[in-house]
Formats: sequence, structure tokens, C-alpha cells
Amino acid sequence: MITFKHVSFGYRGGRLFDDLNLDLKRGAIYGLLGKNGAGKTTLLKLMAGLLFPKKGEISVLNRIPRKREPGFLSQVFVLPEEFDLPRMNMDEYARAYGGFYPDFSREQLTNLMRELEVPEVQKFHQMSFGQKKKAYIAFAIACNTPLLIMDEPTNGLDIPSKSSFRRVIASVANEERTIIVSTHQVRDLDQLIDSVVVLDGSEILLNATTAEITDKLQFVHLEENDPALYAEQTIHGRWGVQVNDSGAESPLDMELLFNAAVANRQAIKQLFNR
Amino acid sequence: MDFKSEKPIYQQIVDFVCDNIAGGRWPEEERIPSVRDLAAQLQVNPNTAMRAYERLQMADIITNSRGIGYFVAKGAKQRVIGLKRTEFFEVTLPEVFDTMDTLNVSMEEVADQYTKR
Repeated sequence: MITFKHVSFGYRGGRLFDDLNLDLKRGAIYGLLGKNGAGKTTLLKLMAGLLFPKKGEISVLNRIPRKREPGFLSQVFVLPEEFDLPRMNMDEYARAYGGFYPDFSREQLTNLMRELEVPEVQKFHQMSFGQKKKAYIAFAIACNTPLLIMDEPTNGLDIPSKSSFRRVIASVANEERTIIVSTHQVRDLDQLIDSVVVLDGSEILLNATTAEITDKLQFVHLEENDPALYAEQTIHGRWGVQVNDSGAESPLDMELLFNAAVANRQAIKQLFNR
Repeated sequence: MDFKSEKPIYQQIVDFVCDNIAGGRWPEEERIPSVRDLAAQLQVNPNTAMRAYERLQMADIITNSRGIGYFVAKGAKQRVIGLKRTEFFEVTLPEVFDTMDTLNVSMEEVADQYTKR
């Protein structure tokens, strides 16, 4: 669905990606995890054709994003982390922009706005940041594009809104739709994601489904001297990540996974690149 | 850090369904939420909910009528209670025994408390 082959990219004065390869499959909810400044947003922009690779090939939905063909742009929706919306309310906005997306549903938009508790008649510039973000999320989902890219969608949402967001995403996910969500707040989304991509130090450290991860790794309570790929001391005792030799399944903890991947890069890469 | 459970999410969903059946909230032979509705309600990935339903089907606790939906199987309540009893004797009780050993609590004290309830 999405492939990056030997992609290089850098902003002026530096190289961010060098020979980056990535393969994402259709119909999954991908969580793109990385520290601040790891290049998550850049990676998403390359997918959407908002930035062009210096070298290498990118293919998304069997098209080349860089060409920005209408048939490509109508299949992809990008929800950026920061955005400006015109001085309109949602009804005006939907009439102006909904037509660019062939599967856009006005009815679904109304339902999503209700679910996310955003009034349709209010003008965007009179809304708080969180309300505006939810309105834009509702529109993004209602466009029903095969690829939906969301950059830090839960930033700025209050606690009940994060719940509503998870509920909405869980209800629209299906085999036809690929959703990529970047986040540095893994706890907001960890039950929702079915594949994880970890971006760190300009490379893809990990790209695996949650089933592959719990097959290869164990997230467990450890005794004081138990060996582990990564461990941390908590008030509930010492918890960590071990290689799964027993075949038993443990609950995936995204935060531990991320910390383990970053702390023990070689071990994680070896384990997952068979 | 927040460790809500030592069980994988799909296993927690299995428990959620079993609790509803054992508690009589989801009666036998009645329809239960679709995978999509359950996923939305619990805010989890639909594939995870699907996996839980597959396990429950294999254990004959729910059935799938193609095109109609999922139903609580006939005799499911008894089966769920049976499974829960096994879990109680194999998992819960040994933990209680360990704690009793650590705290030096005798069986007589426990029996005493039990009858006094």
C-alpha cells in the first residue's frame, strides 16, 4: 500500500533520512512512534506528496505522491498537527471542500460532530483549539479516503475527547482503510493500534503488528536480577521487556516497547528483521 | 506507570464478555453487540475485538449466525461458570494461599471469617 525504497531526504543543511525503506499494508491502524524531532511529520509529508524525496522511490496506493495527481489527492487525507481553517462554520466548509473527496458523507459528518460534541453552526475562528481540532478530525474521517494520515491527533484534546476520538476511530476502522497516526503520547492510542512503526535516529527501528510483537517479546514483571532488553522500576515493582522464549502471550505495553527499542536498537532490529 | 492488568487486551475482552454472560446480563441465545460496536464501546481496535470473539466461538460460548450476528450459545452460562471455577482454583486461590503463608494466616481463621460474613 505504501512503500519507501532507498529514500533520502534532508532539509537545508542536513540529512534526515538516508536510504530509508518502509512497507505499510492496507487496512491497518498504524501507530508511528518517535521522539520529538525524529522525523515523524516529515515521513508523513513524504507519503502525502507534501515533500519530495531527494533520492529513492515512494509509492502510495500505486501512485507516486510527488506527482500530486487529482486521483491520488482525492484518496488521501492529511490531518496536520497545526492548521488554519477559514472563517466558516462546518456546513460552509463541507460544501466548499467535501466535493474533493468522492466518498465524502455529509450525514456521517453530522454524526461525528455530534459524537465529538462540536456544534456545526459555530464558526471555526470562534472555537477553542481543541474544538477546532475535533471539527477537523470529524471532517477528515467523513472524507472516507482509503488513506487517512493524522499527525498528533490527540494533542490539545481533553480527556473525554480522547475517549470519543478512540471510540470514533474504532468504529470506522475496516479492511479497506489504512489509518496512520503519529504520536509521542503512546498511552492515548495503545489499545487502538494494530501495527507499530518506531522511527528513531533517522531510521525505522521497528515495523511490526502487535501480534508479531507479543509473539517475539514479553512484557513482564521481573525479579531483581532477571535479564531484560529493557527494564524500569515502578511502584508496582520492576517491569521490563524480554525476548519471548516461552510462547506465552503478555499484554503489549507501548511505552516499554518504545523505550526498549530506543535503548537496545541492535537487539530489536535483529529480532524483527528476519 | 499504570498496569491495569497482566492480561493481553483480547483476553480482557473475553473476560468482559464472560462476566456479562455469567452475571446474566447477556442471556443465552440472545444477540450480543457486533464486533464493531463492541470495539467502539471498549475503544479498542476492531481486530482485537474480533480475536476475542473468535476465541469465544472456539470455546462454544458464543455462536455466529452468518449475516445476522453473534449470539450467546445455549448452555454458555454453565460453561463460563465452569471455566471461571477452573481459573479460581488454578490462579486465584494459589495466590491467596501464598499471601496466607506470608502473613501467617491459618485456614481456621479464614473459615471463621467466611462463616461470620
